[in-house]
Amino acid sequence: MSDAHSSPYLAHHFDDMEQQSQAASLGMWIFLAQEIMFFGGLFCGYAVYRLKFPEAFSAGSYSLAIGWGCFNTVVLIGSSLTMALAVRSAQLGRKAGIIKWLVITMFLGCVFLGVKVVEYSAKFEHNMIPGRHFEFHDDGKFVVAGHGDHSAAVGHDEPVHAEAGEPADHHAAEAAHGEPTEHAEPAGEDNGHGIVEINQGEVELFVGFYFMMTGMHALHMVIGVGLIIWLLVLTAKNRFATEYYTPIEMFGLYWHFVDIVWIFLFPLLYLIGRH
Amino acid sequence: MSAPGVTANEVAPEERRIHYLNWATTVKSWLLTLDHKRICILYLCTITFYFLVGAVAATLFRIELMTPQGDFLSAEIYNKMFTMHGVAMIFFFLVPSIPATLGNFLIPLMIGAKDVAFPRLNLLTWYLFSIGSLFALFAIINGGVDTGWTFYTPYSSTYANGHVIAATFGVFVAGFASILTGLNFIVTVHKMRAPGMTWFRLPLFIWAAYATSIIMVLGTPVIAITMLLIIAERGLGIGIFDPALGGDPVLFQHLFWFYSHPAVYIMILPGFGVISEVIACFCRKRVFGYEFIAFSSLAIAIIGFFVWGHHLFVSSQSVYAGLIFSFLTFFVGVPTAIKIFNWVATLYKGSVSFETPMLYALGFIGLFTVGGLTGLYLSTLAIDIHLHDTYFVVAHFHYVMVGGMVLAFLSGLHFWWPKMTGRIYNETAAKFASVIVFIGFNLTFFPQFIVGYLGMPRRYYEYPEQWQLLQLLSSAGASVLGFGFLMVLCYLPFSLVFGKRAGPNPWRAKGLEWEETTSPPIAHNFVKDPIVTEEAYAYTKGSRHV
Amino acid sequence: MSDTEHHVCPVGLYLAIFGALMVFTLLTVGAAYLNMGVMNNVVMLGIAIVKAALVISIFMHLKYNPKILWVVAIGAFVWLGIMLALTLSDVMSRGWIPNQPASWL
Repeated sequence: MSDAHSSPYLAHHFDDMEQQSQAASLGMWIFLAQEIMFFGGLFCGYAVYRLKFPEAFSAGSYSLAIGWGCFNTVVLIGSSLTMALAVRSAQLGRKAGIIKWLVITMFLGCVFLGVKVVEYSAKFEHNMIPGRHFEFHDDGKFVVAGHGDHSAAVGHDEPVHAEAGEPADHHAAEAAHGEPTEHAEPAGEDNGHGIVEINQGEVELFVGFYFMMTGMHALHMVIGVGLIIWLLVLTAKNRFATEYYTPIEMFGLYWHFVDIVWIFLFPLLYLIGRH
Repeated sequence: MSAPGVTANEVAPEERRIHYLNWATTVKSWLLTLDHKRICILYLCTITFYFLVGAVAATLFRIELMTPQGDFLSAEIYNKMFTMHGVAMIFFFLVPSIPATLGNFLIPLMIGAKDVAFPRLNLLTWYLFSIGSLFALFAIINGGVDTGWTFYTPYSSTYANGHVIAATFGVFVAGFASILTGLNFIVTVHKMRAPGMTWFRLPLFIWAAYATSIIMVLGTPVIAITMLLIIAERGLGIGIFDPALGGDPVLFQHLFWFYSHPAVYIMILPGFGVISEVIACFCRKRVFGYEFIAFSSLAIAIIGFFVWGHHLFVSSQSVYAGLIFSFLTFFVGVPTAIKIFNWVATLYKGSVSFETPMLYALGFIGLFTVGGLTGLYLSTLAIDIHLHDTYFVVAHFHYVMVGGMVLAFLSGLHFWWPKMTGRIYNETAAKFASVIVFIGFNLTFFPQFIVGYLGMPRRYYEYPEQWQLLQLLSSAGASVLGFGFLMVLCYLPFSLVFGKRAGPNPWRAKGLEWEETTSPPIAHNFVKDPIVTEEAYAYTKGSRHV
Repeated sequence: MSDTEHHVCPVGLYLAIFGALMVFTLLTVGAAYLNMGVMNNVVMLGIAIVKAALVISIFMHLKYNPKILWVVAIGAFVWLGIMLALTLSDVMSRGWIPNQPASWL
């Protein structure tokens, strides 16, 4: 008891280590709760548009590389395992174990981010970036409605609609462009050849959500990798002990949360329209 | 009844005492403070500044509205003024107001703790708030934003000129101050109560702050991501709300109001907490129905999340969803009404006295009730079709926000001023100002109910001639109201230098912050750690003259 | 109380959970290639929820933590559900009344 009250790890406004540790846990879980609501806004928007434009969302999902998605899922869940092992090492006071598992977690996190760079580059190359130059290339399964030729040739098709999503930093003179073009009638009719017609604007919405959701997720991972470096420095400086490893434990919660977000992102973004 | 301060409580050598304000006086000791009481003062200064920013904007457009024509401000500037007024008042004054000031100061004191659970996080929130507000200030100074504080798409995301990105980013950053403050308060109340301070011995201010914190944590992240989506659409061309792609502007409204409706409960619940404390003290009586008031705070926090669609009744939201939202909105009035009944019941057979905090609290009860009842009109789907976007709505929310929340804030500020500063303000000036504020407020906003019911839309700078009298009365009232506020802004700082020094408990109130600390408190709050043995508000009959 | 807070899980348990998560990942990918109509979404979300529950309860130690933390974790998902449910109730019911005038209804 007296140790808990006079521990060098005890902050002055707490009575004992137990109270401090419980406060940290509660605080971290509340932070994760607000993160759930933060990502939740994106999931909500996604759900609305997915229900309105199922075919376009299938087309967008089909355009993602499922191989990379699966690989990243395995990598990230693996990093969750190694993070749990890092926390376990901290609980047991094994400094070498902490460092080993944190480094592996960080490595896996970087692999994940590297794959995202590859995926994003592929999107850039095919101009599947939301904005003025967005293009969806007809593939064998999904075809932009209104494109005359439904052959499987990967043609460089012109975007169907005029650009209406101009960046709004122009001055009032250009406000005349402001008339939104008529949103094309929802397509998605199977034209009988097993090919689904979709509306390019709606696919652009999917791709916009893809970038926002995976981008926000990736940002959280980058922050996580930075925090791992900070934890490694603290560990090397012997700042943790069996009675105090709270930062590692709390970071572990954060990292697992980031994994959980991906557990939902992966099927919602990569696995629709595969059948 | 003797005047506060001139009592046996006054301790002679006050001038020499060391307390949280004077133990260190360097700028660094303020800017790097971890003391929740000093952080309160930091917030108080910042939010007062933004109150003035919002007030200046209001002054300008109230001048414009004195005449039916648009002659004083151009249409664009007018739009920018009401936007600036809304953004400054809501995000940078009302949302932080009581939680970040009185909440920060009082929560540890009321529960018997040395500080909040995460003092460094607390300081960080002030910096986040200030930095976020600077982005908004940048937008204001560099030409302003004219979208309305509601930033509706596709205007804000595509067509508006002006620094929408800066303003929305400012809201985003300041939102995290709110979230982290709420997080801090929840953990503090759960984990740092003094021995004997059970949940049902907590002052009702704590229950209110706790409920507010729940809303802050669950609601604010949604507006954070929504602001980012606006920025993504404007800055990166990711057309989430762009109708040309199939995007749905009403989706923005859903996401925006999912936070912004609970936000009004963030704004008002702490005010309810203050009123409970003030009424108990100036009736010398335990608040009637303590548990009901405690649970009704939680009920408001929870039910408040189910009703946001009442802002979307005429937005092309489905009428079925509208029915559900209208139905649910009626429910949220019930716990609020319970509070009002209980406060009034507390007054009955209480030993009532009319010091300034009590005057504001009584004004609150009347004005908030009017505002709340008019909210029922607006939540009735069929009536809202007629009243939506008229001055009736403007009057409704000003009755609850100004007649309610600002009066509660002033009540609390006056009540705890002796504790926070160790000084007593001039009671005569304060009483006089409170009457001016009350009269000015009603003169400003009651005509707006009428002109709104008659059909005048909000956010218009021109209007048909027949409404000029009402608008003129409103503008006249605004100058009276402004004068009242200016009086407060004068005599309170004046008291810091020239006011009588306060004893530890000038109101003879119950509560750890009054009975176990000095005025102002020492840096570590309590000389000896308190142990709680009585219920809250354990006033005895006739205890005023003890 | 303090023992449960700092409960040390055996390595084998962590490995078992990881294995389970891999199996579920395979299942969800496999299921994506089958055409089950609306059940595709149900299966997909269901598996994701199970995976999340495993991570939360074991990797994040929630199983061994005080109940207040369960309230926080579950409460967050419930709140997300409120936002989704009521927003979708609007979006999905907009077309229910046919021949509505295009104005506000």
